[in-house]
Amino acid sequence: MADTVTLSRRNFMVVTGAAGLTIGFTSGCSPADTPDASSEPIPEINAWVHIAPDNTVTVRIARSEMGQGTLTGLSQLVAEELECDWDKVVTEYPTPGQSIARERAWGSFATGGSQGVRGSHQYVREGGAAARLMLIEAAANEWGVSPSECSVEKGVITHAASGNSTTYGAVASAAAELAPPLEVTLKDPLDWKLIGQPLPRLDTVDKVTGKQIYGADITLPGMLLASVKQCPVKGGTLASYDADAVSGMPGVRKVVKLDDTAVAVIGDTWWQAHSALQSMPIEWDDGENGTVDSAQINAFLEEGLTADEAFVGNMNGDVAAAFDTSDQVIEATYNYPFQNHATMEPMNATALWTEDKCEVWCPTQNGESAIAVAAAAAELPIEQCEIYKIHLGGGFGRRAGSHDFVDQAVKIAKQMPGTPIKLQWSREEDMAQGMYHPITQGRMRGGLDAAGNLTGLHIRISGQSILAGILPQALRDGVDYATFQGLLPEGLPGAEDQVISYGFPNLLVDHAMRNPHLRPGFWRGVNVNQNAIYIECFLDEMAYAAGRDPLDFRLSLMDNHPKNAAVLKAAAERSGWGSDDGKARGLAVCYAFGSYVAACAEVSVDDNGRLKMHRIVAATDPGYAVNPQQIEAQVEGSFVYGLSALLYGEINVENGAVVEQNFDTYNSLRIDEMPDVETIIMPSGGFWGGVGEPTIAVAAPAVLNAIYAATGKRVRQLPLKNVDLRAV
Amino acid sequence: MARLKVNGQVVDVDVDENTPLLWVLREQMGLTGTKYGCGVAQCGTCTVHVDGLAIRSCVYPVAAVTEDEEITTIEGLSENGDHPVQQAWVELDVPQCGYCQPGMIMAVAGMLNNNPDPTDEDIDAEITNICRCGTLGRVRKGVHLAKTKI
Repeated sequence: MADTVTLSRRNFMVVTGAAGLTIGFTSGCSPADTPDASSEPIPEINAWVHIAPDNTVTVRIARSEMGQGTLTGLSQLVAEELECDWDKVVTEYPTPGQSIARERAWGSFATGGSQGVRGSHQYVREGGAAARLMLIEAAANEWGVSPSECSVEKGVITHAASGNSTTYGAVASAAAELAPPLEVTLKDPLDWKLIGQPLPRLDTVDKVTGKQIYGADITLPGMLLASVKQCPVKGGTLASYDADAVSGMPGVRKVVKLDDTAVAVIGDTWWQAHSALQSMPIEWDDGENGTVDSAQINAFLEEGLTADEAFVGNMNGDVAAAFDTSDQVIEATYNYPFQNHATMEPMNATALWTEDKCEVWCPTQNGESAIAVAAAAAELPIEQCEIYKIHLGGGFGRRAGSHDFVDQAVKIAKQMPGTPIKLQWSREEDMAQGMYHPITQGRMRGGLDAAGNLTGLHIRISGQSILAGILPQALRDGVDYATFQGLLPEGLPGAEDQVISYGFPNLLVDHAMRNPHLRPGFWRGVNVNQNAIYIECFLDEMAYAAGRDPLDFRLSLMDNHPKNAAVLKAAAERSGWGSDDGKARGLAVCYAFGSYVAACAEVSVDDNGRLKMHRIVAATDPGYAVNPQQIEAQVEGSFVYGLSALLYGEINVENGAVVEQNFDTYNSLRIDEMPDVETIIMPSGGFWGGVGEPTIAVAAPAVLNAIYAATGKRVRQLPLKNVDLRAV
Repeated sequence: MARLKVNGQVVDVDVDENTPLLWVLREQMGLTGTKYGCGVAQCGTCTVHVDGLAIRSCVYPVAAVTEDEEITTIEGLSENGDHPVQQAWVELDVPQCGYCQPGMIMAVAGMLNNNPDPTDEDIDAEITNICRCGTLGRVRKGVHLAKTKI
């Protein structure tokens, strides 16, 4: 069904002669490639679309490209309605400063929560459709005919009756002068030509030749480099440092203090600056967190597992009463350790500060947050600041939750007015100053009746709240509902995309909030990482305890969850669930970020306890599948991220500081451990789900359940590197 | 001072001889295609070739390279970005964020220099680069596609 939409005037303000507004950083270009402002100004059609005389269509994308393919996917949405030639599409980031000047013409810049497509599909398609109508109208005006008599295909407008024909490029200037339409009709999904196609990404070629510029690669005339060290203990301060000890080292320009917690060395090259920083004597005052270690944190969480008070996230029936009358009640406790994002590109930002302007070039998942942080650090009005977004060498939430790297870069640059400073964190600094995946434990209790039916389930989560740590204004009466991601009831406003996959006769999900001092953050998948392990592994335990098939056991609880059941069945069937081929299989299902996902893992464990993950079949129903080959890439990628955590990921704390310093102690899954991933994309239509994060939820529990099938060993303490997997 | 032969050109760089080759390439020569990831030879993001052999430039002091040795970076792997590995990478849309891919491509190209027909076991043993986006499945497919193009 085609939607007719009344447009908001604000989003389609036509700006003519706006060469200044089209200047930005065409993604992939270095500042040196910025279009020459003195060239002939070519007006945009609207905020989303600019068309050059050679028919090049520049689609403006506010969300950030960090590998997830959002530039390509969102361009497909715009181009679908625009009816332009896909081969002529390029993309460009509008800047946060332009957004402020144009009353947020591009909507949200936030790139997280798998929101790129699902959060902006409506208005970007409307932008494309409005531009199409204006271009057609311009051609029709030129020919003196009615726009309704004209048709368009691949950017060529035709008036069949007269035989007239022109291109978007030829009428773009005239179209930009027209008033935007008050109403547009979006296409019926059945008529989509680009949406749903496995189109190649728009940004691949530069990424295989080394031309793609990341934040770390920014080079500005006269630029100096900086390396920073912040107190390794969160909450601690900088006590003293000996700048004189390094001021004579080669290339060192200046040693600067940043507020009370950090010190940086500025040098001619980063290697010189960093070498000097490494040799500089620094004393820290660790403060009250200086004695905290992992054992204390674990004990703190364990106490919460049985604490009397807890926030209730989901409740129906009476679990305690159900347990009283159950034939058996089983119990198990799981854990999920701190994780670091460990983006391949460590944090960085380049800042240029003068008394009346502050400019920052940085990889960010949210340009609007970045500009707010820059303005505060610069002590300048936000209108005098600008952020130039540069492609991210990975984000995963790290470049969304905090712009500490922007804050630091500006504070450093402020001490050398007029000189651009690129701040590059070392990997060690990136490990030490993370925004870690929250640490939690899950105490699971479940009742079974004599027939092996589940009577009740209590999930007690004890541990850290992301919102309490970094976004306390988002708590509701003290409750962090995000903690219950994937376990929530239907109908909770703002959490409709995080609903539990089952109907239980009696259910209690509650959270004893226990917040250690490490700064938490949103980490790809966020809280479904642990919640899916807790519920999916424990339901597996219950199925075996009941003597029932884990697939049938789950399906018996999914009568009112047909889409969840559909992906679960699809993954199980494709994998060969139930066949007697001797393969050890494990299942998991989840609804997260608006998509239904399931996995069936096939593993073996040899006599030495060595795990081999042979294959994982993944099924995902994102409603509409904009670019299937990129969805496959996201499924595989999310598995690598989630399985790296499962195998190796843990951040430990000693004397208040993070123990792991680099990839030698915080390892990541390598190619020899990578399972074959078979992705089933089964878009059922009618909704827009995310794809960057949902499937991460099912990778780890499916593998853990398969390990049980292979060994009889139920692993509840992660990561697996610490566990002896030899069969019991 | 060091004299280096990088991507076919001889260059003199004013640098402390203990400086890792990575930073000479990036900061002295402006060849930013080679990336910094860990600084301890763990992730492979900094991989370049010395006489066709893949090395991790973040721990390779510039003093260890002689002026007779050919250093090749991602910028010099092919003239038009059409080395068999690059072709395969484009065909399969391997990169996601892409930050690790120059190193990944140089590691694969280095392997193919010595072993033009690697098996899956060879790939497992020789390609140990980290990719946090998780392109590893397509990397394996890319190696098998690239070897058909040599």
